[in-house]
Amino acid sequence: MNFVVPDFFPATAEIFIAVMALVLMLATAFARNIARGLAYALAQFTLLVTAFIILFTLDIGIDRSFGNLFVNDLLGGVLKLVICFAMMIALLYGRAWLAERKLDRPEYYLLALLMTLGMMVLITANHLLTLYLGLEMMSLSLYALVAFDRDSARSTEAGMKYFVLGALASGLLLYGMSMVYGATGALELPAVAQAVTGGTANMKVLLFGLVFLVAGVSFKLGVAPFHMWAPDVYQGAPTPVTLILSSAPKLAAFALAFRLLVGGFSGLVEHWQTMLMLVAAASIVLGNLAALVQHNIKRMLAYSGISHMGFMLLGLLSGVAGGKADVTVAAYSSAMFYAVAYVLMTLAAFGMVVLLSRAGFDAENIEDFKGLNRRNAWFALLMLFVMFSMAGIPFFVGFFAKLAVLKAVIDAGYLWLAVLAVVMSVIGAFYYLRVVKLMYFDEPTETAPIAASAEFQVMLSVNGIAIAVLGLMPGALLGLCRTALQASVIAG
Amino acid sequence: MEFKTFVFYLLSSILVLAALRVVTARNPVHAVLYLVLAFFNASGIWLLLSAEFLAITLVMVYVGAVMVLFLFVVMMLDIDFARLREGFWRYLPVGAFVGVLLALEMGLVLAGGFGGKAMPPAGATVSAADAGLFKCASNTCELGRVLYTDYAYAFELAAFVLLIAMVAAVSLTLRRRRTDKYIAPEVQVAARHEDRMTLVKMSVEKEAPSVVETAETGAEKTGGQ
Repeated sequence: MNFVVPDFFPATAEIFIAVMALVLMLATAFARNIARGLAYALAQFTLLVTAFIILFTLDIGIDRSFGNLFVNDLLGGVLKLVICFAMMIALLYGRAWLAERKLDRPEYYLLALLMTLGMMVLITANHLLTLYLGLEMMSLSLYALVAFDRDSARSTEAGMKYFVLGALASGLLLYGMSMVYGATGALELPAVAQAVTGGTANMKVLLFGLVFLVAGVSFKLGVAPFHMWAPDVYQGAPTPVTLILSSAPKLAAFALAFRLLVGGFSGLVEHWQTMLMLVAAASIVLGNLAALVQHNIKRMLAYSGISHMGFMLLGLLSGVAGGKADVTVAAYSSAMFYAVAYVLMTLAAFGMVVLLSRAGFDAENIEDFKGLNRRNAWFALLMLFVMFSMAGIPFFVGFFAKLAVLKAVIDAGYLWLAVLAVVMSVIGAFYYLRVVKLMYFDEPTETAPIAASAEFQVMLSVNGIAIAVLGLMPGALLGLCRTALQASVIAG
Repeated sequence: MEFKTFVFYLLSSILVLAALRVVTARNPVHAVLYLVLAFFNASGIWLLLSAEFLAITLVMVYVGAVMVLFLFVVMMLDIDFARLREGFWRYLPVGAFVGVLLALEMGLVLAGGFGGKAMPPAGATVSAADAGLFKCASNTCELGRVLYTDYAYAFELAAFVLLIAMVAAVSLTLRRRRTDKYIAPEVQVAARHEDRMTLVKMSVEKEAPSVVETAETGAEKTGGQ
């Protein structure tokens, strides 16, 4: 036998979170009367410890393990770390909302942990097989979470829609992968990349597969024209699930796009660049225009998410292979910075929606933000930070994210794309500023005081302040993204 | 023609015809039965490729379990055939147009040299297993060796995918029935009079529609009196 026991060390975080998910399942099954609190505590503890493990196993180099199915590099480490924190924040924000509606069943936290595991597997995938399995773990948990409020017709409908369309997208992705396997005879991403650049593969089959891959990735990112599910699912899902759905999975989808397109198909860059260009331009236009006419804030944020993901793709497509290495790295790191900044903003935005809701009442309409300043000036200010940042108004983190992406686009020579993006952002600023106008210049229709647990209020404040502080000092995060990508791009 | 080639063409032509009947059969039970036929022929083709394990698994899992379940569901469901066929002629032009367009596009791609270069041998990447000293005679052994060594990580992940599916299905569908009359004996024995009644302080909730409703019903009542 020539079997070598794999090196488990780089995957410690994944193994820990998998074991803890099983522990959580058993513990809550036996300790029935304290299951709700226990599940929450265990989930938060697991995520925190996982974050520390990731920090300790962070590696500048590239570790491949499990027969090259798994890769641990700095990019993966940083993304996993952000995902752990995003999930912790999302679970914290959602807790009271779920408890008020008797939805805080242990399965919620179990599925959240398993979903985190799926995202981590996806991020550290070095093989089409693990990429797909990680994606399925993430998606399956999300389908169940979206339909979690099983007595609500809207939640069930959203879950069903998401499931059917998501299964279709997975099918597209898998079909593309089988084409790639047929053309290259390889499933390992570096081997695929080698076969693609080597020119030994059948180009027609490869391109045919690539189209399906890009379609699948676009669906998971929720960008036009594969965005149809997003508004309905965002609106129908319980708000804490929408919070989860709109934050961490976007980072995982970024990792999916990066590993697949940059890692596996750098040889076909001019082809997927064109495809992404159309997708990005369509999402920015459609997302911003459709968001203008929304009355439901969850739908509005869904459309805004579509346009933000379009922006993120702009960064990804500007990395010209064969160009200067530092320009390429700058482009990819602008995309990663954008994704991280977006996660921070969307967490705070949906956090506010959760904050304004209480038992028997969901602050789903934009009108519910009327006169927030009178009711609570501090949270109104935080919401103002979020909205300004999402609109890309200077000195918030969203501005620098947009700036970095636009710079990359111009460096790559696509001036028309940059102009289009700026024009659409200006149009988009309207619906963000409308929320600010309602908060500050309208009379409150609602007089109930805003009540939330102390940790919720503190976390939301930290989250909002982070948007402002990172806007004033974006250097550190941008530098981190750059270092993380440098290692992967140069090695790849 | 070699005998093997003959068998291949025989099996695949039956497979294609059966697959065609799956989509064209009017009776869903017939469609499922044709699907079973298609699976049988596919497993025959796999046997020709000396992939006996996959062939037997296909028969056992798909024909034996999945299809029987499928047939059961189809027979249990009360399907309204008239409604299913409703609007067939209305949608035909659009459907036919899209279908023909798709077929044309695929034809263009295929004609443009889809089969130009020979596909590389599938085993190219599984070199670690090939180089092993351990040689397997059977297909099952070969698959098992790769599955539990080279792809152990993916195998474990697949187990987690199944776990997630299970947790999701149970958490979405399992509920204690409200009409259930069963009372656990230990609960009955341990009942105390303090537990029988609890006074609950309730917060006043804002539920605008329900307020309107009660107001309306109140008005109706007074109107009725």
